[in-house]
Amino acid sequence: MAKIEITDLNFYYGDMQALHHIAMSVPDRQITALIGPSGCGKSTFLRCLNRMNDTIPGTRVEGSVLLDGQNIYAPGTNVVDLRRRVGMVFQRPNPFPQSVFDNVAFGPRVLGLTRERDLHELVEESLHRAALWDEVKDDLHQDAQQLSLGQQQRLCIARTIAVEPEVILMDEPCSALDPIATLEIEELMKKLEKEYCILIVTHNMQQAARVSDWTGFFWLGKLVEFDATQTVFTRPSHKLTEDYITGRAG
Amino acid sequence: MDETRQTRGGEFLIESFIRVIGVSSIGFVGLIFLFLLREGIPFFFEVEPGNLLGTRWYPTFDLFGMLPLLLGSVLVTVIAMGIALPLGVATAIFVREVAPNWAREILKPLIEVLAGIPSVVLGFFGMTLIAPLVRETLGVPTGLTAFTGALILAYMALPTIISVAEDALDAVPKSYRDAGLAMGATQWQTIWRVVVPAARSGIVTAMMLGMGRAIGETMAVMMVTGNAARMPLALDSLFQPVRTMTATVAAEMGEVAQGSTHYRALFAIGIILFLLTFVINLAAASTIFKKRRRGGLR
Ligand SMILES: Nc1ncnc2c1ncn2[C@@H]1O[C@H](COP(=O)(O)OP(=O)(O)O)[C@@H](O)[C@H]1O
Ligand SMILES: [Mg+2]
Repeated sequence: MAKIEITDLNFYYGDMQALHHIAMSVPDRQITALIGPSGCGKSTFLRCLNRMNDTIPGTRVEGSVLLDGQNIYAPGTNVVDLRRRVGMVFQRPNPFPQSVFDNVAFGPRVLGLTRERDLHELVEESLHRAALWDEVKDDLHQDAQQLSLGQQQRLCIARTIAVEPEVILMDEPCSALDPIATLEIEELMKKLEKEYCILIVTHNMQQAARVSDWTGFFWLGKLVEFDATQTVFTRPSHKLTEDYITGRAG
Repeated sequence: MDETRQTRGGEFLIESFIRVIGVSSIGFVGLIFLFLLREGIPFFFEVEPGNLLGTRWYPTFDLFGMLPLLLGSVLVTVIAMGIALPLGVATAIFVREVAPNWAREILKPLIEVLAGIPSVVLGFFGMTLIAPLVRETLGVPTGLTAFTGALILAYMALPTIISVAEDALDAVPKSYRDAGLAMGATQWQTIWRVVVPAARSGIVTAMMLGMGRAIGETMAVMMVTGNAARMPLALDSLFQPVRTMTATVAAEMGEVAQGSTHYRALFAIGIILFLLTFVINLAAASTIFKKRRRGGLR
């Protein structure tokens, strides 16, 4: 069964409809890439999956998003717990202006996941999993914003992992990074894939082809094509997809 | 060609004008300070240190102990800050983070209007309304107490604290809030554990500026504190009359003979006040400066 099942999802910013009848099954323990030109609704779609759009006034959503069979838009849903289960990594690395340790410990502390004395272990493990431990272990109390951008982004991933999510949403996580840092994040994603359901928005076609198992192509708020990455990149079923992938459109 | 030369000339005139004004206003502050020094410094040589550091201020008997006045100012200011800081920060959080847009539109100008109320009006308000209230609720002999002064000062410092703290909260990038919420923190947890710590240095600045405002305030304080120059060291001093440095200068300056020791003593108080506010404002400015250099405050 799919980890996330999206059915007939419409999304509105006020009167402006940003998503039209989206349907998609996102499999667990695989990477799903979302591609498409700027402004086609990829970020909006991603934010529907952890209800971050709730924080933008005047927005409205229709349709259903099932996480493990439960509609996250059903009345009475615990949004705070939803966001713990569905973590998010942003386009620009956004560590808090605090120490490396406090950044990773933030979620567990706020959510009361562990006792303070078990925290160190949890922080270390999260940093290990985010492939950052070796680079920061000598000084966990340094200011997180002194790290390089690539390290900051891995720190944000560690911070997300620390609250034991099931799904990780990444919105163009490499667009602020240099090629080497980008490759490091991609390697990390391949590693994390074994334990999490991952969705990544990317502008970079090669990146989608390199890391993902499934690819969705968005165009003007519609999901034009959704299939195995292999298929989308070699035998797309829509002309629009082919034009976009080959650089003739978008 | 002609036209550019004209604008150049005009620009030169305007620039020089602004420069003259800028330099002269700095010059005036310098002159005031020099004048203060000239009138006040001799006092420190005329009076023995023992007298100066004594606990009694009776100029008619040549007793010039400044400690009760200094402690009076400190007591009233510190208590005022203790009231105004939590209230001001909480209000700033409400205005910036919680209030709906329409409420924010009303509250912000309202807070600025508060800052414009003349202090004599506040003093009047304090005398006729707050003082009786303090007297009755606390059962003290007079309502003109240090506490009443602190209440009024807290009120006067609030607009400064609120608007500076609000600017500091406003400068916290949205991405921090998003990160907090996306981790599963509630709105309050995000405000308390992410936004407020990130705005910390701006909040400290807000407190310093509010304090600078409070310690220099004269009229309202003179009207509501009862003006008894005694050491505020007992446990209940807060609920007894007290006298501040500013109120002393304002009340006594009219009656002294120019050039007398008493006259110089008042100027000496002026020097101390000047230095106090200068240090506080410097501290406030340096936190702003540090933050700028780190690129935090936009
Ligand atoms: N906060 C917002 N308020 C109003 N409109 C928005 C907002 N965010 C995005 N939009 C609009 O929704 C559409 C989709 O945007 P977005 O999801 O950011 O696209 P993408 O991530 O694919 O570049 C765009 O037309 C954009 O202008
Ligand atoms: Mg986007």
